[in-house]
Amino acid sequence: MWRYIGRKLGIYGITFVVAVTINWMIPRFMPGDPVRSMLSRASVSDPEALERMTAYYNEVFGLDTPLHQQYFAFWAGLFRGDLGVSVWLYPEPVVDIILRHVPFTLGLLLPAIILSWIIGNRLGAFAARSKVLDNTVLPIGYILTATPYMWLALLLAWALGVVGGFFPTAGGYSFALTPSWTWGFFTNLVSHWFLPFLSMFVVALGGWAIGMRNMIIYELEADYSNYLQALGAPRRLIRRYAFRNAMLPQITGLAVQLGTIIAGALLTEVVFNYPGLGTLILNSLNNNDFFLLQGIFLFVVVGVLIANFIIDIVYVLVDPRTRVRMTGGAS
Amino acid sequence: MTDVPGTPGTADPGTTGAGGERRTSETLYYARRNPKLLIGASIVLLLLGIGLIGPLFIDHGPNQYIGPQSTPPSGEYWLGTTSFGQDVWAQFVHGLRSTFLTGTLGGGIAFLIGTTVGFVAGYKGGIVDEILNMLTNVVLVLPGMVVLIVAVAYLDVRGLVVQALFIGLTSWPWAARAVRSQTLSLASRDYVDLARLSGRRTWRIITSELAPNMSSYLVMSFILLFGGAVLIAAGLDFIGLGPAGGVSLGLMLESAVAWSALQLGLWWWFIPPGAGITLLVGSMYILNVGLDEVFNPKLREL
Repeated sequence: MWRYIGRKLGIYGITFVVAVTINWMIPRFMPGDPVRSMLSRASVSDPEALERMTAYYNEVFGLDTPLHQQYFAFWAGLFRGDLGVSVWLYPEPVVDIILRHVPFTLGLLLPAIILSWIIGNRLGAFAARSKVLDNTVLPIGYILTATPYMWLALLLAWALGVVGGFFPTAGGYSFALTPSWTWGFFTNLVSHWFLPFLSMFVVALGGWAIGMRNMIIYELEADYSNYLQALGAPRRLIRRYAFRNAMLPQITGLAVQLGTIIAGALLTEVVFNYPGLGTLILNSLNNNDFFLLQGIFLFVVVGVLIANFIIDIVYVLVDPRTRVRMTGGAS
Repeated sequence: MTDVPGTPGTADPGTTGAGGERRTSETLYYARRNPKLLIGASIVLLLLGIGLIGPLFIDHGPNQYIGPQSTPPSGEYWLGTTSFGQDVWAQFVHGLRSTFLTGTLGGGIAFLIGTTVGFVAGYKGGIVDEILNMLTNVVLVLPGMVVLIVAVAYLDVRGLVVQALFIGLTSWPWAARAVRSQTLSLASRDYVDLARLSGRRTWRIITSELAPNMSSYLVMSFILLFGGAVLIAAGLDFIGLGPAGGVSLGLMLESAVAWSALQLGLWWWFIPPGAGITLLVGSMYILNVGLDEVFNPKLREL
């Protein structure tokens, strides 16, 4: 078990190094002078400020030092928690801006991922091998996984927001309010949160339902299911065993799907102008704020790695085979 | 876009072999009677037809300001016009064309990389396998879309081909994994050993012994990669990283949102592009399930 976790940690470590290296390489090896193109497109009008910013970014990039020194300087800055200073909101450090937006993204992602996973799995298990349900859940599930996240978000915003008027369609909370621990602010926050959450939840649901349905069918073909059936075990019991076995690949699937779901969250946020990382990415793109963009990239990568690690640990805890090996039993 | 739709490794690669002709007719027999395959394939072909032939019947460019502004769908403008007076139908038709192109290119590149890595890793084994597997795992864990956003943001010239290339470079890992595990189960068969004993080159063995025996599996992986590439491209276009000055379904969504079609109630501007993507990718997935049922006797409904 420790070997397993150690190997996983090794892969995550390498992934992190690769991500940082990509981050370091892209501005330096893409054609053009990164500092000049960034600042010229960022439309800074005050010449004195422009000069100061140019000097600052030239120093940060350190383009006149040898490549390997630039690379190590980049790592050193990273360990100091220094991701540079934003161009868009000039004197503010990138880390502060990102930290302000992360809670909104997490607040959308975690409930959407967890609820869609649980409910989707139940739905898929329920639908497997029952003709009527299978013929409805399966096509709907495929259509849902094929739906671009932003399109469903647009449809919901239009139907329930603009036309229906049930929910607000933009922002994380009303501009008239200041964040505070009051009931009024909380309900306002929830009403803004609901539509983005719903659209993410619905799109993600389809994939889990389909995956579970396929796995259950596969498990019901297995010897142990046939054996139980031959013994005359009730249908419910066989299904329960099949469900528990089918859960394991679904947990791995969660790790595999994370990247897609996060991308979906970013797109959904853009539609609703929700103040999370997605909207921040859009703003940094529009303002050519590459420092902010790269900071967000690192944050997302680290988040994905942590989530992957948590999923690995859950997998070990849930799967009895790895558990047995851990306590030293025969494998 | 990954392992969810359709194929959780249930395709049994070993059942091919004797009687190729009889098998083909049997496959055709089941293919003709599989509603999922038929429905999926006909929708995909219909959309492909619209994308290929549609632009020929439209004599103005998709981004030209030709008509009255913000008119709902009518006989003259089938899908209405945007708030600048652009023909939505013309944009949709051209968009479908470029969607097929990105899907084929991006999915194709991902397919090439994925299958090559998978075959080599599964067949060679040992240290090659370790290294390739490590590479696959690293790319698998990296959130592809975010990498793409950062990489594409630095590009000055954004074209459809470059976009497809980048998508291909980031979305191959799960295919490599799937192909690798299939190859592992095939590599120890007798006929592969025989081929190896007779001194054939690795590449020949992969292309003439291994690949034909999992062709159904490969076709299905390509379909999934195609769908994934289409969705990723739409996402990139939507946040403004699409091909500059081009037309695509994702760019249509982007401009609809940018010019507040939602608030103005111009539903004909943002519903068709999303519906096109959903219909295309969804019917591809359903087609895939159909193929799976045709190729894999275990899944056939009797």
